[in-house]
Amino acid sequence: MTIRASRCATNESRRGFLKTGGALIVTFAAGGGGKADAQAAPAKTVAVDQVDGFLAIDAKGRVTVYSGKVDLGTGVRTAIAQIAAEELSVPLERVTVIQGDTALTPDQGITFASLSIQNGGMQIRQAAASARDALLSQVATGQGVAKEALTVKDGIVVPKSGGKGWSYAELVGGRDFQLKLDPKAPLKDPKDYTLVGTPVPRLDIPDKVTGRFTYMHDFKRKGMIHARVIRPRAMKATLQAWNDFEARKIPGYIGTIRKGNYLAVLGRSEWAAIKASQAVETTWSDWQGLPDKAKLWDYVRKVKINRDEDLQKIGDSAQAMKTPNAKIVSATYDFAIHTHGSIGPSCAVAEYKDGKLTCWSASQQTHLLRKQLANMLGMQPEDVRGIYIEGSGCYGRNGHEDAAADAALLAKETGLPVRVQWMRQDEHGWDPKGPPTLHDYRAAISDKGIVLGWESEVFVPDRPKDIAVTLLPADLAGMPREDAHPGNIHQSLAIPYTIPNIKATAHWLAETPFRPSWIRTPGRMQNTFANESFVDELAAAVGMDPLDFRLRNLNDPRGVELLQRLAKLANWPSRTGRVQSAGDVVKGRGVSYVKYELVRTYVGVVADVEVDKKTGKVTVKKFYVAHDCGQIINPDGLKNQIEGNVVQTTSRTLLEELRFDRSRVTSVDWVSYPILKFPDVPEVAIDLIDRPTEKPWGAGEPTTAVVPSAIANAIFDATGARLRSVPFTPDKVMAALQKA
Amino acid sequence: MKLAFNLNGRPASVSTDDPQMPLLYALRDDLGLHGPLFGCGLGQCGSCTVHLDGKAVRSCSVPVSAAAGKKVVTLEGLGTPARPHPLQQAFIDEQAVQCGYCINGMIMQAAALLQTNRHPTEQQIRAALAENLCRCGTHLRIVRAVKRAGDAMA
Repeated sequence: MTIRASRCATNESRRGFLKTGGALIVTFAAGGGGKADAQAAPAKTVAVDQVDGFLAIDAKGRVTVYSGKVDLGTGVRTAIAQIAAEELSVPLERVTVIQGDTALTPDQGITFASLSIQNGGMQIRQAAASARDALLSQVATGQGVAKEALTVKDGIVVPKSGGKGWSYAELVGGRDFQLKLDPKAPLKDPKDYTLVGTPVPRLDIPDKVTGRFTYMHDFKRKGMIHARVIRPRAMKATLQAWNDFEARKIPGYIGTIRKGNYLAVLGRSEWAAIKASQAVETTWSDWQGLPDKAKLWDYVRKVKINRDEDLQKIGDSAQAMKTPNAKIVSATYDFAIHTHGSIGPSCAVAEYKDGKLTCWSASQQTHLLRKQLANMLGMQPEDVRGIYIEGSGCYGRNGHEDAAADAALLAKETGLPVRVQWMRQDEHGWDPKGPPTLHDYRAAISDKGIVLGWESEVFVPDRPKDIAVTLLPADLAGMPREDAHPGNIHQSLAIPYTIPNIKATAHWLAETPFRPSWIRTPGRMQNTFANESFVDELAAAVGMDPLDFRLRNLNDPRGVELLQRLAKLANWPSRTGRVQSAGDVVKGRGVSYVKYELVRTYVGVVADVEVDKKTGKVTVKKFYVAHDCGQIINPDGLKNQIEGNVVQTTSRTLLEELRFDRSRVTSVDWVSYPILKFPDVPEVAIDLIDRPTEKPWGAGEPTTAVVPSAIANAIFDATGARLRSVPFTPDKVMAALQKA
Repeated sequence: MKLAFNLNGRPASVSTDDPQMPLLYALRDDLGLHGPLFGCGLGQCGSCTVHLDGKAVRSCSVPVSAAAGKKVVTLEGLGTPARPHPLQQAFIDEQAVQCGYCINGMIMQAAALLQTNRHPTEQQIRAALAENLCRCGTHLRIVRAVKRAGDAMA
């Protein structure tokens, strides 16, 4: 560790440096910040098997829900409040949701994979049901009446026959339940629901549209200083020299902290930190270890395969491929590297005091982050408290955790509350990436037009045992760290169709060029793109309507119903050939279908596109979505999610691709990494299939899975050209048109 | 150096040693506002949009000195949760928010549009918001909200 500031020797004590550095104007109060330190965390159980882990009812009957799953801008906070209020039979206004605080909320796992309602919400529902049942029992026993003769209305246990009641406030208000969560506690009958299944307006929107909301980026601590990180010139370059001679002239500049290849500047104000970060001069070693982007797929194909894994094996596909007179159809698909691209770059604040660290961040995984921070800093997890504050939209494991680690590292080094705000080039350049994904497909079709065999192979980076993504500062500073896990990107390679011989294989690769992580619908999007594109190719090969082809190969009544409703919604006429239209701008429609991971949410979509054959530009005009995620908690929130899935994935499919040279990411802003803009946003028509008596499944991701293939299939319908490489940029479209 | 301007109808001032500091940092860090947000610092995304003498500007790319003596209006100045501006009400009515980080810019840009065109068509709204980026994909609701607000203000 070296620290340098004006007239400050590097081996001075840190506090001494901070107090006496010549560039300093600020004076530091010892200890810095205010309350809410780790050691001041209230004693509360966070056990997942305790009702008190999830719920508290105060003396006024107000309910606090402690949710380990957090609202990443999806409306989950409102939905969780609905679930809890419904199961407890209390008005929604009486419910507050605390999210993602390691001292207060149970560890319900990372907020990812469309599991917030399906898993997190259902744990909370069961906790609420346990509480309700216990309170009913308490009254029944106390009053000597049968539990069945009682019910709950507005937080009051009342006899069904009428008469005096006992409020939750009286029964438990302000005290612990001291009750095990009962997995068998009876759940409310969905036919009695008054909140679940209704479009309750989101609780956060009024504050968000009036500037009253506190995002992570708005959060401040007393005595807080600001930091900016200086990234290596090349991804794995070594820092050879640096000096802050120019930075020292900037009022408010505090100093620079260096640890290995990690370099950060501190400022009294945000602007001082920004200017200083630009003024510090650095010399980095040359490093050119990235693959040639123009030959990315050759590179992926040459990477050592650690192991193969059969994800689905039915019958004998190898034998099917040898069937006499069978026609073999094959195709290769690839999917570009994507960045998360949150509109607000990652931001975090941390404070270190008396051996305890508190870190405020917009992390989707405060409990896991706590362990990672402790590992990086050589602390015990118990001495770290992670607190979630909602940030800019998060679509996976982006830079939030890395910014949190920046803040934690710098807070520990300085003993001061430190706010780290990433700049745009940090977010685009240094967040972990959705890895490049390559697929090979083969199918055997009999001379009677029956698909006999299906083989798919995917090439993706290997998964370490534990799910976590390496913290960037730990990597740069050479501190203890975890291996990067790309997420469960093998999911949804298996197909839902009744083809007699199927083999789906993952080739787990030894390396990938960029730190991998999960981005919305990780793997499931790429795998479904390839699956459903290839299904479309097979339908065309046997001369069948692509929707009928799927229906014929489905043995799943729920899936069949979904596709039939989709056909109606989209007014899909059965057809056997491509639509033929004249002129330079041609229209087409494509269909796609998924049963998410083969075990949950069903989505079918139809895309209407226009292709300009002169320029290669694809415009998606409209998406039709049929969606079945079981019981719907909030239909408007669900539609908001589905629309977001469609629009964001249209952007990813048509435009998005990480650019890089041999040293670093070069797409570091919105010009070099464009996303879809208003004029090109498609309309979305949605048919929600509500199944109140079924389990609720996730909806944050599944629609994304079917968007790229629907667009690809629509382009084929319009032009006869197959787009097998995402994104479908005009140059790729033009090249495909020439081949078609 | 002290710079004075009118902020949301009231006099305000900031002391700065750098007149080139973007207005955004004065509003957020010195004046404690939460409406305008840092998105790119490059004028590419719109999340920092405020009104300067009635015009929508990117406060990340306007020096604070340019605000001296002028009227600055931020999202907070348009309306409050108790008395929202018609656009804010329309965004609530249409539930036109996901994470909401871009929404400051959407509302401020749309407010500038509605000052000159009370009844924009959907196409005009899309064109007016073309340089405001949203990553969550809330665009369709935002367009509906702006249309609704225009109707409400008529």
